[in-house]
Amino acid sequence: MTLVETAAKATAAPSRAAFRPPPAATLVAGLALALIGVAFLWPGLIAPHSPDVADPVNALLPPGGGHLFGTDQLGRDTFSRVIYGTRPSLTIGIGATALAALAGSLLGVLALAGGRVLDEAIMRVTDVFLAFPGLLLALLVVAVLGPGTTNATLALAASATPGFVRLARAQALVVRRSDYVRAAVILGRPRAAIVLRHILPNALPPLLVLALVNVGTAIIAGSSLSFLGLGPQAPTPEWGAMLSDGRDFLSTAWHLAVFPGLAVTVTVFAINIVGRSLQVRFEGRTPGAGL
Amino acid sequence: MPDSDRTLLTVEGLRVGFRVPGGRIEAVRGVDFTLAAGECLAIVGESGSGKSVTARALVGLAGTGASVGADRLELDGLDLRGIGDRQWREVRGGRIGLVLQDALSSLDPLRTIGAEIGETLQNHGGGTRAERRARAVDLLRQVHLPDPEIRVGWHSHELSGGQRQRALIAASMAADPPVLIADEPTTALDVTVQAQILDLLAAKKDAGTALLLISHDLAVVARLADRIAVMHGGRFVEQGEARDILVDPAHPYTRTLLTAVPTTRPRGTRLSLTPIAGPPPGPDGCTYAASCPLAADSCRTGPIVPVLREPGHAVLCPRTDEPWPAPPPPLANRAAPAETTGEDDEPATVIEVTGVTKSYGGPPAVLEASLRLRAGRTLGVVGESGSGKSTLALLVLGLLEPDAGTIEVLGRPWSARPERERRALRGRIQLVPQDPLAAFDPRYRVGRIIAEALGVPGAWAARRDRRIAGLLERVGLDPSLAGRHPRQLSGGQRQRVAIARALASEPEVLVCDEAVSALDVSVQAQILDLFVDLQRELGLALLFISHDLGVVHHISDDVVVMRSAEIVERGPVERVFQSPEHPYTKALLTALPSPEDVLDDPGPVARPT
Repeated sequence: MTLVETAAKATAAPSRAAFRPPPAATLVAGLALALIGVAFLWPGLIAPHSPDVADPVNALLPPGGGHLFGTDQLGRDTFSRVIYGTRPSLTIGIGATALAALAGSLLGVLALAGGRVLDEAIMRVTDVFLAFPGLLLALLVVAVLGPGTTNATLALAASATPGFVRLARAQALVVRRSDYVRAAVILGRPRAAIVLRHILPNALPPLLVLALVNVGTAIIAGSSLSFLGLGPQAPTPEWGAMLSDGRDFLSTAWHLAVFPGLAVTVTVFAINIVGRSLQVRFEGRTPGAGL
Repeated sequence: MPDSDRTLLTVEGLRVGFRVPGGRIEAVRGVDFTLAAGECLAIVGESGSGKSVTARALVGLAGTGASVGADRLELDGLDLRGIGDRQWREVRGGRIGLVLQDALSSLDPLRTIGAEIGETLQNHGGGTRAERRARAVDLLRQVHLPDPEIRVGWHSHELSGGQRQRALIAASMAADPPVLIADEPTTALDVTVQAQILDLLAAKKDAGTALLLISHDLAVVARLADRIAVMHGGRFVEQGEARDILVDPAHPYTRTLLTAVPTTRPRGTRLSLTPIAGPPPGPDGCTYAASCPLAADSCRTGPIVPVLREPGHAVLCPRTDEPWPAPPPPLANRAAPAETTGEDDEPATVIEVTGVTKSYGGPPAVLEASLRLRAGRTLGVVGESGSGKSTLALLVLGLLEPDAGTIEVLGRPWSARPERERRALRGRIQLVPQDPLAAFDPRYRVGRIIAEALGVPGAWAARRDRRIAGLLERVGLDPSLAGRHPRQLSGGQRQRVAIARALASEPEVLVCDEAVSALDVSVQAQILDLFVDLQRELGLALLFISHDLGVVHHISDDVVVMRSAEIVERGPVERVFQSPEHPYTKALLTALPSPEDVLDDPGPVARPT
C-alpha cells in the first residue's frame, strides 16, 4: 500500500516543488511595505526633521540640499511631513477596513444565525447602504458626525461594511450547509457554540482576502476625505490634506503636491501586489484549512 | 461468434510511472495480457492498484507527467508505442472505445447527445449530417434508450443516470471500435440500471467486441468476464479464467477480496481477517506482503516469480499452499438485548416512526412511512437513489421536521419539538455519515473532533485525553492518531474516527447513512465487522441505510425496502431476501450481481463450511 500512501501524500499537501519563488514585484512591494511599516511605527527613525516646526525663511525651497522633498509655504520639511503623514493616512484606511471587516463578519453571520426577522432587517439595510456610492456614503456620514480622524474612519467603515456583510453571510451559508455543522447539531452542540466554533472561523478566510484588497481602496478614500478637508485637521500631516494644500502652489512648488500623491500611490500599489500574491497562495484551499 | 480467436490487443511488460515532487511513483509495474475478439478480460483491484492507469495508458491518456513503457503494445498489428497525437486520435474512438465511470462529466453539458455521437462519427468516417443523425438514433436504439428519435436531441442533464451511461456507451461505440474499454462503467448506478448496462456490454461482447472491463467490484465482473486479472500495487497478482479465480482463488489478496464480499457470505460470519501490519516490502518484494497472512521474509525482499497453477491460471505468489489462518470466531451469538419491556420479551423500542410524510415542495420524498427499531437490533433500509431513504435518515435524526406523522426516540416525542428540548436526547442517537471527511471541521485534528463530541471542551484534560484514547482503541485505531489531521488518514481510518466520535456520547442508536458505500471492499469488510462487534459489546441499535443489498443483507435483522418515497416491503431479512413478495424487491434481487453467477454449484467460496 506504499503506492497509495505516497500518491495520497502527493495530492494532499501542497508540495515544496510546486512552490514558486515570489516574483520580483512581490519582493519589491514587500520591501516597500516594510519601509512604510517603519514610517508608520517610528517615523522619527527616517524623518530628518520635525514635521511641525515652521521655518519661514526657508519656505518653498525646491527639493535637494538639506530638504530631500523641499519645504512648504511655512518652511516645514516635506519629506519629514510625508514620513510623519504615514500614520494618520494609513490609520484611516486600515482602521476603517478592520472595523468594516469585524462588523461585517459579525453582522453577516448574525443575519444567518439570528432568525428570519433579523436576517431580513440586516440584509435590507445592507441593500440600502450598497445602493450609495461608497465615497458619497462616507461624505454623508462625515456631514452628520463632523470632520476628524475618528469620524472619517467611522465614515469609511460604514461605507465598506455592507460588502463584508454580504460576503460573510454568503460564506456562512455555505458553511452552515456543510456536513460538519450538521454533525455538530447531531452531537447536540448549542447553537451559539456552533456559530462561534464552526461557522464563523470557517467563513473567515475569504473575508480576510477581501479585507486585504479593501485596505488600498480605503487608503485612497481616506486621503480623498482629507483632501476635501474632512479628515485629520491641520497641522496633522496627512497625505490627502497635504495634496490639498499643495494644490495652491502647483505652478511654483510642484513638489508640495507630487510627493504626498506618490506616497499614496506607492503604498496602495505595494499593498495590492502583496495582497494579490497572498490571495493566490490562499486560493484552492478549503475554507479554513489555511488558518 | 465472428473471428472469436483473433487476438486484438497484446500487452507485454507495460510500465507507467508518474513524476511527483520528490521522486517517482510506479503506478503500473510490468503488466502482461492479451485480449481477443469477443472476449472479456476484467482487471479487478482496489483504489490505487493501477487498474485505471493501465486502461488509460492503452489509449494514450495516461496523463501529464506520466511515462509509459512496454516491451510490446500492439493493437491488431499496430505498434502503439511512440505513435503521435494524430494517430492516437484515430485509435481512440475508431479502434478503441473508452467508457468512463462518470457519464455526467464525460458528456458536454452544452451539446445534445446526438451531437456527441455525431462528433465521433465525423472524426472516424463521416457521412452527411442526416446520415450521422440516423446512425446516432440507431446507436441509441441499440443501447435501449427509450424513444431514441426524440432523445437524440436532448442534453445530458435531461437524462437519468442510467440513460446517460447508455448514451456514453453509444458514443464510444459509434465508430464501431473492435476494442471497448469500460472503466468502472456501472459504479455510480443503481442496481437495476447496472444490470441493464451489464447486459448491454454482454451483448456487445457476444457480437464480437473485445471488452476490457475495469472494476473494483468482483460481483459485477463475475457476470461478464471470461478472464480476470487481479491487480495490486501495479502488478497482476493473479490472472486466469474467471471461474478458476472465483472458485479457486490462489493469491492471498484475491482470497481476502472474495471473502470480503458480503453477498457471498452467510450472515454472522466475519468478512475480514484480523488486520496484519507487517514491515513494508522492499522495491522488488510483494506489494501485499505487509498485510498478507502468509507472508515470509522472502516475500518482502523478492523478487517474486509467477507460479502457473493450472493452464492459464498464473499467480504471483510462491506460498499459496501454506495453511490459511483459521477465520476468527464467527459472530453467531448476538448480544442479549440490553433492555426488555415488562410485558413481552421483545427488546424495548428505541425509534418509532409512525405515518411520516415529508415533501420538499414537490411530490413527497417520504410518504406514510412507519418503522420501529428495537434496542440492540439492526434495521436495514434499502432503496435506489431518490427512493427517500436519506430523507428518512434526516427525519429520524431530527434534522428535518415531518409534514405529517410522528417520530419517537427512546419513548419520548422527537418530531415537532423545539431544538432546545431535543438537545438533551441528541447524544443518544448518533450518525455515521457516508463521507466522514466532510463531516469533520476542516480545521480540527482527530483528538479535537472527538473531544467536541465528549462535550464540555477543556474539562479536565487528562481524563478527556484518556477517554479519546479509549474511543480510538475501541474502533481499532492507534491512540497516537489523535494528533493527526483527518486528511492524512486513509478512508477506512476516517470512517473509524467518525464511528469513535459517534460513540463518544454513549448513544443507544446509530444511524448509518451509506456508511460503507465509499470504501474499498476489503476496508468495507473491516468496517462492517466493526459495526457487528460494537453492536454486540454495547447493545447498539443500528438503522442501516444503504443502496447495497449485499451489505444490508449481511448486517440487518430486519429490513424495509423503499421505492419512490414509499416502503414497499418489510420483514425479517431472511424472509425478504429468500421469498420477496413485492415485485420491486424481486426485481432488485434479480438484478443484484454476485460472484455466484458464474458458479453452477455452490463452490467452497460461496458456501464456506
